[in-house]
Amino acid sequence: MQRRKLAESIIYCLLFLCGSLSIFVTTGIVIALGIEALGFFEHVSLWEFLFDTEWTPLFSIKRFGIAPLVAGTLLTSAIALIIALPLGLLVAVYLGEFASEPLRRVLRPILELLAGIPTIVYGYFALLFVTPLLQTLFPELPGFNALSPGLVMGFMILPMVASLSEDALYSVPQGLKEAAYAMGCTRLQMVFKVLIPSALGGITAAFILAMSRAVGETMIVAIAAGQQPNLTLDPTSPVETMTAYIVQISLGDTPHGTLEYRTIFAVGLMLFLITLLLNSVSFMIRNRYRNA
Amino acid sequence: MSAEPAFQIKTDMNTSFRAADNAEPTAAVEPKIKVENLNFFYGNHQALYNISLNLLPQRVTALIGPSGCGKSTFLRTLNRMNDIIPGVRLNGEIRIDGNDIYAPNTDVVTLRKEVGMVFQKSNPFPKTIFENIAFGPRVYGLKDRTKLEEIVEKSLVRADLWKEVKDRLHTSALDLSGGQQQRLCIARALAVDPEILLMDEPASALDPRSTAKIEDLIGELRSHYTIVIVTHNMQQAARVSDYTAFFYEGSLVEFGDTREIFTKPRERQTEDYITGRFG
Ligand SMILES: Nc1ncnc2c1ncn2[C@@H]1O[C@H](COP(=O)(O)OP(=O)(O)OP(=O)(O)O)[C@@H](O)[C@H]1O
Ligand SMILES: [Mg+2]
Repeated sequence: MQRRKLAESIIYCLLFLCGSLSIFVTTGIVIALGIEALGFFEHVSLWEFLFDTEWTPLFSIKRFGIAPLVAGTLLTSAIALIIALPLGLLVAVYLGEFASEPLRRVLRPILELLAGIPTIVYGYFALLFVTPLLQTLFPELPGFNALSPGLVMGFMILPMVASLSEDALYSVPQGLKEAAYAMGCTRLQMVFKVLIPSALGGITAAFILAMSRAVGETMIVAIAAGQQPNLTLDPTSPVETMTAYIVQISLGDTPHGTLEYRTIFAVGLMLFLITLLLNSVSFMIRNRYRNA
Repeated sequence: MSAEPAFQIKTDMNTSFRAADNAEPTAAVEPKIKVENLNFFYGNHQALYNISLNLLPQRVTALIGPSGCGKSTFLRTLNRMNDIIPGVRLNGEIRIDGNDIYAPNTDVVTLRKEVGMVFQKSNPFPKTIFENIAFGPRVYGLKDRTKLEEIVEKSLVRADLWKEVKDRLHTSALDLSGGQQQRLCIARALAVDPEILLMDEPASALDPRSTAKIEDLIGELRSHYTIVIVTHNMQQAARVSDYTAFFYEGSLVEFGDTREIFTKPRERQTEDYITGRFG
């Protein structure tokens, strides 16, 4: 009796430590980011950071407006999501409701394979294959552009959207589908009038996680989008994303401790806040629908 | 609008339960559903053996029998719900109003409009009460808002739920009690004005009061529909049905007038089952 109690409290302590570890690590990251970013904001006003239209920390005339980086991120993410969200959902519906069992057994592993390819491979695929391909269609397209990495990133995120959406669709009770059929629905009507609306919470959460994945994606855009901060929403122009900028500085020869070096923490903090916001919204939506 | 007559709900609701019992000799009535030599297979497993029976309009037929004997399977052959299960096979014939419902040119969607179904576990859509009832008419292409409102009210009145929900039509159906949800599902099925109503243990998950409500409702609906109900509750079968079919291991053992089945069954197995002397 005594023994069991002891064992139980040890296990309890271990679990508690594991749980708190992740919280410590997260807090640590936030603090490290915050301190360095504070150093940056001692020299650059928050106003300039948020509202200046140029980002030229490495030039002789330094401007610190993050807008071009945010625009680059939004542009490539939007292109990726236009591909990944509808296609991902369609793939999920197809796998869950239309594909025969043998086909499903082939398609699922292929999707997982797609999800497991390192992003640097996708990056060079965008630069060396997709961009030239697009250039045969649009000869004006520059070698670095937002379109090609955006598209490739869409296909990289697609498996994640598909598998999360499939989980959401799968959790719709069989009884609802039967009710739809019994009311005379065709299979397509069942999918669009009952299945997808009933799984909307899970699907939305999947979509938002996909957004935060797109915003955080680094390698593909660093390689294929060009590293030129342009305040534009034109998909054919070269752009730089927040992540790509961080890579550029981290790999470059900018000396530690300088203002130029500290910019990456300010940009990193911004990135952290955006993804935190997206993930929290996703979390809230999932909770809301679970209780409904 | 060509679809209009299809959505009219029959209005003579005052014909009371079992009033017609002695009025018309059953032999003269043309059966609504004729089943002949029906065999049904889940893959290699045969679930129904050579079932033949006729179901009369404006009568309630109860399907009874031990668990796994094929009651649900049989019920679901009548609106082809088994079609959505992969690997099923069937031979024999089922005619509704004389039409072979498994003929290649049968439109399953039209069939399911004629043959409504209520399930054991109530399954309202996660939508508002109004949207649940309007669902079927919308699937069949009705868009007119006033017509939809009319149908929603009539269906809810007929399912004896209107008084309880008329002030909350646009709130979630999931907030209703279990018994209310089941009556909502009945109303949803009635909204497309079917002629046949299939019910698979519609009250088995409900408390006695809600069960009594559903039974009363079946009594009221009886004069307008051909009702087939699966039940494990012998008293319920005796209370609500005109005819009873006893299934055992996929075969139809006995089929006849409910009073006779319960008072002087012809088969030994039937007697054992209804007296509870049986696993
Ligand atoms: N989807 C299915 N796939 C394979 N076999 C099935 C399936 N559904 C039912 N069966 C089998 O068919 C037989 C009849 O099942 P059915 O559900 O019709 O019985 P039931 O009389 O409704 O039983 P219960 O009273 O428990 O609901 C059983 O042996 C069952 O195991
Ligand atoms: Mg059953």
